[in-house]
Amino acid sequence: MTDIMNGFSYAIPEVMLAVGAMALLIAGVFFGDKSAKPISLAAVLLLAAALLAALFIEPKQGASLFGGAFRADAFATFAKIIIYAAGAFAILMSDRYLAGEKLGRFEYPVLIVLATFGMSLMASANDLISLYMGIETHSLALYILAAFNRDSRRSTEAGLKYFVLGALSSGMLLYGASLIYGFAGSTSFQEIARVASASGADAGLIVGLVFLISGLAFKVSAAPFHMWAPDVYEGAPTPVTAFFASAPKIAGMALFVRALVAPFPDIIDQWRPVIAAIAIASMLIGAFSAIAQTNIKRLMAYSSIGHMGYALIGLAAGTKEGVSAVLIYMAIYVVMTIGTFACILLMRRRGGLTENISDLAGLSRTNGPMGLVVTILFFSLAGVPVTAGFFGKWFVFVAAVNAHMVWLAVVGAVISVISAYYYLRVVWIMWFNDPAPAFERGTAPALGFTAALCAVLIFPILVMPPFIGALIVAAQNAAAALF
Amino acid sequence: MTIAAIAFWVFAIAAVASGLMVVASRNPVHSVLFLITAFISAAGLFVLMGAEYLAVLLIVVYVGAVAVLFLFVVMMLDVDFVELKQGFLRYLPLGGALAAVVVAELIMVAGVWTFPDEAGLARAHPAPTAAETVAHGAPNNIEALGLILYTDYVHYFQIAGVVLLIAMIGAIILTFRTREGVKKQDAARQIGRKREESVEVVHVKTGQGI
Repeated sequence: MTDIMNGFSYAIPEVMLAVGAMALLIAGVFFGDKSAKPISLAAVLLLAAALLAALFIEPKQGASLFGGAFRADAFATFAKIIIYAAGAFAILMSDRYLAGEKLGRFEYPVLIVLATFGMSLMASANDLISLYMGIETHSLALYILAAFNRDSRRSTEAGLKYFVLGALSSGMLLYGASLIYGFAGSTSFQEIARVASASGADAGLIVGLVFLISGLAFKVSAAPFHMWAPDVYEGAPTPVTAFFASAPKIAGMALFVRALVAPFPDIIDQWRPVIAAIAIASMLIGAFSAIAQTNIKRLMAYSSIGHMGYALIGLAAGTKEGVSAVLIYMAIYVVMTIGTFACILLMRRRGGLTENISDLAGLSRTNGPMGLVVTILFFSLAGVPVTAGFFGKWFVFVAAVNAHMVWLAVVGAVISVISAYYYLRVVWIMWFNDPAPAFERGTAPALGFTAALCAVLIFPILVMPPFIGALIVAAQNAAAALF
Repeated sequence: MTIAAIAFWVFAIAAVASGLMVVASRNPVHSVLFLITAFISAAGLFVLMGAEYLAVLLIVVYVGAVAVLFLFVVMMLDVDFVELKQGFLRYLPLGGALAAVVVAELIMVAGVWTFPDEAGLARAHPAPTAAETVAHGAPNNIEALGLILYTDYVHYFQIAGVVLLIAMIGAIILTFRTREGVKKQDAARQIGRKREESVEVVHVKTGQGI
């Protein structure tokens, strides 16, 4: 009994989120949809409280709870803080949009909180069963959010497509997990690590591992399991897309890292080529498919596929340095993505949101501050030096070089130059094309604030010591917890 | 032959026979009804093995919910099963070949199958009987499941609960619509109304009307 109570004390953020979501749900059912705004606000406060709780309860040495199913350590805390922050911003950013589309329903913040609950379980998963349960909890909430605008054909299509393909990937993941369990005799990561190092590269274990990697690659939309991302991103309501592109990615990547580094450190030679291949495929798809896009949400989908590729280079390195590079990369990626989607949500004219890249034409003249913010964000996404995006790529490539994978770093650098083309093309359109009609201004101060904040955070001349410096230290501590 | 053995044969034969009828009967509604018989027979077999909780679960979940859902689906969707069965002979060679492959695989697996000693013991004595649990003070199998679910597996159990909650929220969000203009009975309002609100006494002079 005391063991269980101790367990809950390290899982306080999760308990807060689960109980809080249920309380908000009851309040919502009781007061109806007119309470959507206060409930959104309460959900943001709940996520902020969970973030603080995660910061303060972090055990020094890391603790395994619930019979080893749940691991509370610096690595999980790092991921959780970003996840909670991204969830809070997803709710804050949705306000204006949902009101405009007459979607202001109280279930929206509740589902976001439940999704962050699932993601936080993913970040802490230390066992094949809790890995799967975390993935299902967050995916199910995301399927619903994708179809949230149920009267829109594209939104329901996005939800259905995501659901069917997600079920397929869950099937692959479970098949792999069952093979690993069958050959290792345990679902616990520590136990699997023991068996894997004792028995070496057992064929059954490797086949299981490949299926597990496929399932996880689907969840972070890495090629060749990326085909759902552009359609889902385009069809889902835009604030939901912003959420899809940020929090689930860091949760999926944290889970990816832990599920490979914790149970299979001794057979890294087996999975390293697989991860490297996935990384290269994702970067290529991200770089080349994005060029032809005209819809900015689809462009961001391909961009996120590419970014997953860069982050996976750090995982392919498989070292402590590589893992900390993945975390730094993901943190910067989330900031850039949230900022960019805040700008996309500001692309509003009379009659609703616009989503075409051509709508951004001449933005620097019609709306100077927004043009500047989008420019900084896209420079950072492209990895132009002096922006944070450059440092993210830098750490990943250095980790690959130090792990004797110079070729992978070179391939990554070359592809990142190619992918800079389509980011810079958008910037070109904004600065040098004839202006399109101006966007509405001053309708959503929260969005403008978010976008500006993200732009400041990734423009490191201003904040290099406090933000990037703190990020590097935290990521190094987090990575150390896994080794 | 003991009563348990007789019961076993009755349930076993009923299960196999109704299982065959599920596949063989022409009317899909009959198939579903035979499926229910098969579930009930299987529940009987579980009771004989001392797994009364699973037996109850089978009746409540499978007979009570799943089979009834099947029945609704079969009755409401007007699927022409005769048409579906056409082309049976045409696909027989392919289907037969696949079946042969699966049978061959099963034989190959069975060839290398070895039973550990524990499995033999467990088969001979699958679960403590009610008399044994009372004698030893051990928990019966419902209690044993409860103990393990709320201790070793409490984490998974709670998450599974949240997953189901999310599924329920999703079903409501995506399908539920409040319809306007539906006349609903409101018992509280009916009971709460007073005589003064609903009855008006009108004095009408004879022969004039209102």
